[in-house]
Amino acid sequence: MSFNAFLFQALNGLSAASGLFFVAAGLSLIFGVTRIVNIAHGSLYMIGTYIAYSIATKVGGAFGFWGGIVITALLVGLIGAAIEIVLLRRIYRAPELFQLLATFALVLVINDATLWIWGPEDLLGPRAPGLTGSIEVLGRRLPTYDIFLIFVGPFVLWMLHLALAKTRFGRLMRAATQDREMVGALGVNQAMLFTGVFALGALLAGLGGALQIAREPATLATDLIVIGDAFVVVVVGGMGSISGAYLAAVIIAEVKALCIGLGIVNFGGFTVNFSKLTLVAEFLVMAAVLIARPYGLLGREQVAVRSVAEPEEPLRPSTPATKIAGLILLVVLVCLPLIAKNSPYTLVLGIDVLIAVLFATSLHFIMGPGGMHSFGHAAYFGLGAYGAALLVKWFAAPMGLALAAAPMLALVGALLFGWFAVRLSGVYLAMLTLAFAQIVWAAVFQWETLTGGSNGVLGVWPSAPFDTRTPFYFLTLALAAFGVLLLRKFLFAPFGYAMRAGRDSPLRAEAIGLDVKRVHWLAFAIAGAVCGIAGGLFAFAKGSISPETIGVSRSIDGLVMVLLGGIQTLTGPIVGASVYAVLQDYMMRSTEYWRALLGGIILLLVLAFPSGIVGGFVKLISRRKTTSKAAS
Amino acid sequence: MSDLAIRSLSKSFGGVRAVNDVSFDIKRGEFLALIGPNGAGKSTCFNMINGQLPPDSGEIWFEGAKLNGKKPRDIWRLGIGRTFQVAATFNSMTVIENVQMALISHANQVYRLWKPAASLHRERALELLAQVGMQDAADRPSRELAYGDVKRVELAIALANDPRLLLMDEPTAGMAPKERNDLIALVKRLVIEKGISVLFTEHSMDVVFAFADRIIVLARGRLIADGDAKSIRDNPQVREVYFGTGKTFQKSEAH
Repeated sequence: MSFNAFLFQALNGLSAASGLFFVAAGLSLIFGVTRIVNIAHGSLYMIGTYIAYSIATKVGGAFGFWGGIVITALLVGLIGAAIEIVLLRRIYRAPELFQLLATFALVLVINDATLWIWGPEDLLGPRAPGLTGSIEVLGRRLPTYDIFLIFVGPFVLWMLHLALAKTRFGRLMRAATQDREMVGALGVNQAMLFTGVFALGALLAGLGGALQIAREPATLATDLIVIGDAFVVVVVGGMGSISGAYLAAVIIAEVKALCIGLGIVNFGGFTVNFSKLTLVAEFLVMAAVLIARPYGLLGREQVAVRSVAEPEEPLRPSTPATKIAGLILLVVLVCLPLIAKNSPYTLVLGIDVLIAVLFATSLHFIMGPGGMHSFGHAAYFGLGAYGAALLVKWFAAPMGLALAAAPMLALVGALLFGWFAVRLSGVYLAMLTLAFAQIVWAAVFQWETLTGGSNGVLGVWPSAPFDTRTPFYFLTLALAAFGVLLLRKFLFAPFGYAMRAGRDSPLRAEAIGLDVKRVHWLAFAIAGAVCGIAGGLFAFAKGSISPETIGVSRSIDGLVMVLLGGIQTLTGPIVGASVYAVLQDYMMRSTEYWRALLGGIILLLVLAFPSGIVGGFVKLISRRKTTSKAAS
Repeated sequence: MSDLAIRSLSKSFGGVRAVNDVSFDIKRGEFLALIGPNGAGKSTCFNMINGQLPPDSGEIWFEGAKLNGKKPRDIWRLGIGRTFQVAATFNSMTVIENVQMALISHANQVYRLWKPAASLHRERALELLAQVGMQDAADRPSRELAYGDVKRVELAIALANDPRLLLMDEPTAGMAPKERNDLIALVKRLVIEKGISVLFTEHSMDVVFAFADRIIVLARGRLIADGDAKSIRDNPQVREVYFGTGKTFQKSEAH
C-alpha cells in the first residue's frame, strides 16, 4: 500500500469516526450520570436512520434532507425522554444491572416496531443536496459529504464541551457524573436531570443515525452492530469522558480503515486477509487498552456507587420442602418422555431448556456469588460447541470424546480470558468479557478453512445409543443436573464462601488472607468449563453449529435469564432460563413479531418483579410470614 | 524484645509529607495508643504497616521479618490481625459464617470444593463469638447487626488467626461513650489473656488515658512524644498540638 493510499484510508476513517462518536458520546453521558448501560442506544441510532430517511424522501429537497436531520435528532431526543420518564424512572432503585434488562427489552421492542413501520427491506436514502460531488484528494476521489462528516464530529465535540463547561445543566451533569448522591443531597431535581441527560444522549444517537443516510442504507441489523461498536469506543475512551469518546472513535475507525486498506498481505507465503480482520482488530485494541489502562484512555476510576439494591440473604442449605420439590421436578423430568409420548416436539424443547438452564447457571455462578457481570458468556458456550464439533469434523471423534473435550477447551479459554477480566470490575469487566466473546466469534466467523466460516460445522450427530431423541434427552438431563448440582455444591464449600467474601468486601477479604483475584479467576474458569458442557450438548442436539448461535445475542440471552430469575437466589437462573427458553420458543412459533412480545413481557416482569421471579416470590412469602406473625 | 519495629518510616502524597521519619517499637503484650489531631498521619502509618500502602522509605519489621512490599494477606498470615476504621462484615453471610471464613482461610482450606463451609470450625467460631459476647447472634444475618455489634464481630474475626499483634484503626469510631469503654475494656482483657500486642489509634482521650500502656503522639507526620499517660498529659508540645497556643488568635487581633 502506497503512502498516499494510506493517508486516503486515514481520511475515510475520520469520516466514519464521527458517526461512531455521536452514539458513543450519548451512551457515555447517560452512563456517567445515571449509571445505566443503555443497550437500546444502538436502537435509537437505528430509528434515527429510518426517520431521517422518511423525512428526506417524503418532503424531499434540501429542506427534507438537512431539515430532516435536525428534526430527526429532536424527535429521537423526545423518544429518549419518553423512555426515561415512562420506564427507567421506575427502576432506578432496582438492583444493579436491572436497568440493563429493561433496555435490552427495549431493543427487542424497537426492532420489531421498526420492522412493522418500515418493513424488512434495506432503505437507501437520497444523496445530500449541495454535497453530492467529490473532490480529488491524494489522487483519489473523496465524496464532499465525507469531508463534511469529518468536520461535524469535532464541531459537535466542541459544542458539547461548551455546554458542559458553561451552562448550569452542563455543570450539574459533570457534578452528577462525579457524585450523584451529593448532587441529590444538594437539592437538585434529579428526575429532571436524568430525563434531560437521557434526551440529550438520545438526540446525539438520532443525529448520528440521521447523518448516515447519505452513506449507508437503513437496515434492521444496525442496532446491535452499532451498540457493539459504541461499547468498544466508550470503554476505550473511558466511561463518561466525551473527549475520550472522540479519541477512541478515531482510533477504532482508523484501525478498521487500515485493515480494509491493507487487504490481502503476504508474509513469506503466509497470506493474511486484513479486510476480514476488522472485528478482531477492533476488539484487540479494546482488550489491549483495558489491560494497559483499566479505565480507558481518558477515563478515571469509577467512584463506587453505594448500592441501593437490597442486600442478599445468607445462603441456607435447602430445606426438606425444597429438597422434595427438587426431587419431584427431577422425577417429572425423567418421566417426560413417557408423558409427552404423543408430542415429540416436547422433548426437543426439553433439551433446549436443559441446555439453557446449564448455560444460565454457569453464568450465575460468576455473576451472583462472584459479582462479575460477564457480558460475554457466549465465548465459553462457543468454545465448547466448536471444540466438540471440530473434533467430530476433522478427527471423526466419537461423541463421548467430543463431549469431554468441550469443557476442556472452554476451560482453557476461560483461564486465559478470566486472568485479564478479574483485574477489572464493574462495567469495565463486563465490556472486556464482551470483547473476548467477540474475538472468539470473529475468529470462528473469519477462520473459514478450519471452522467453515458463516456456514458453520454441519453433521455433528450424536453416536449410538444416543442417536435418537429420548436417549439424548436423558443424556442432556443427566449432564445438566450434574452441572447444576456441582456448581451448587461448590457454592456451599469454602471456595464459594471465599467468592462471596471477595465480592462483599475485597479489602476485608484480603485482610483475612484471601487472594481475591485468584479465587475469582478460578471461579471464572469453573463457570467457563461448565458452560462448555452446555455448548457441546448444543452442537450435538442441533447436529450443527454456526457463528450466529454463539454471537452477542446468546450472551445477552444468558444475562436476561439470570436477571429474570433473580440474581440473588440459587434457583433463580434455573427458573429464569426455563421461562425464557419456553417463552422464546413459543413466541417464535406463534408470531412474526415475537421479539416485541418477548420484550414486552420482559418489561412487565421487570416492573412487577424488580428482584427477579424467584426473588419476588421469596419476598412475597416472607411478607406473608411477617404479616401472619403480626396478626397472631 | 520488640514485636513490631518501625524504622524511619516516610510517605508523601504529592508535596505533603504525611508521615515523616517515624520510628517506634511495640513490646510483646503492650497496649500502645497512637494519637494525634486529624491529618497527623495516623491512618497513613497504619496502612503502611498493614500493607495497603507502600512506604516511600523506612522499614517495618515484625518478629524479625521485614514487612515492606508484602501484601495485606501475607502480613495477616504472619500473625497480624486488623480491624477497620469503618467496620463492616461480609454482608451476605451470617455472623458465625464471617468468623468461619477467617478460620477457613487460617487453616488454608479456601480452595476446597466439597465439604460445606458451614460445617467447618463451627466450635472454634462459637468460642470466638463467646469471647466477644456475640454467641447468641451466631446464626443471624450479619447485615442486620447494630454497629456496635458489628465492631464486636469484627474483633472476633481479627482474633481468628491467633494473632500476636492486633492493628486497630479507630476501634471505637462511631460508638456511644458507654459502648466505647466496653469494647476497649474487652480488647484489653483479651489482650492480657492471650498476650497479644495491640497498636490502636483513637480520638477519645478518655479511652486512651484509661487503657493504654504507652502513648505515642503524631503531629504533621512527625512523632513528637512517646511515654505513659502522665508524661503525655504533661508534655507541653502535645498540649500545643491539641489545644493550640492561642497565637493565631492574638495575631488576627493585632490587625
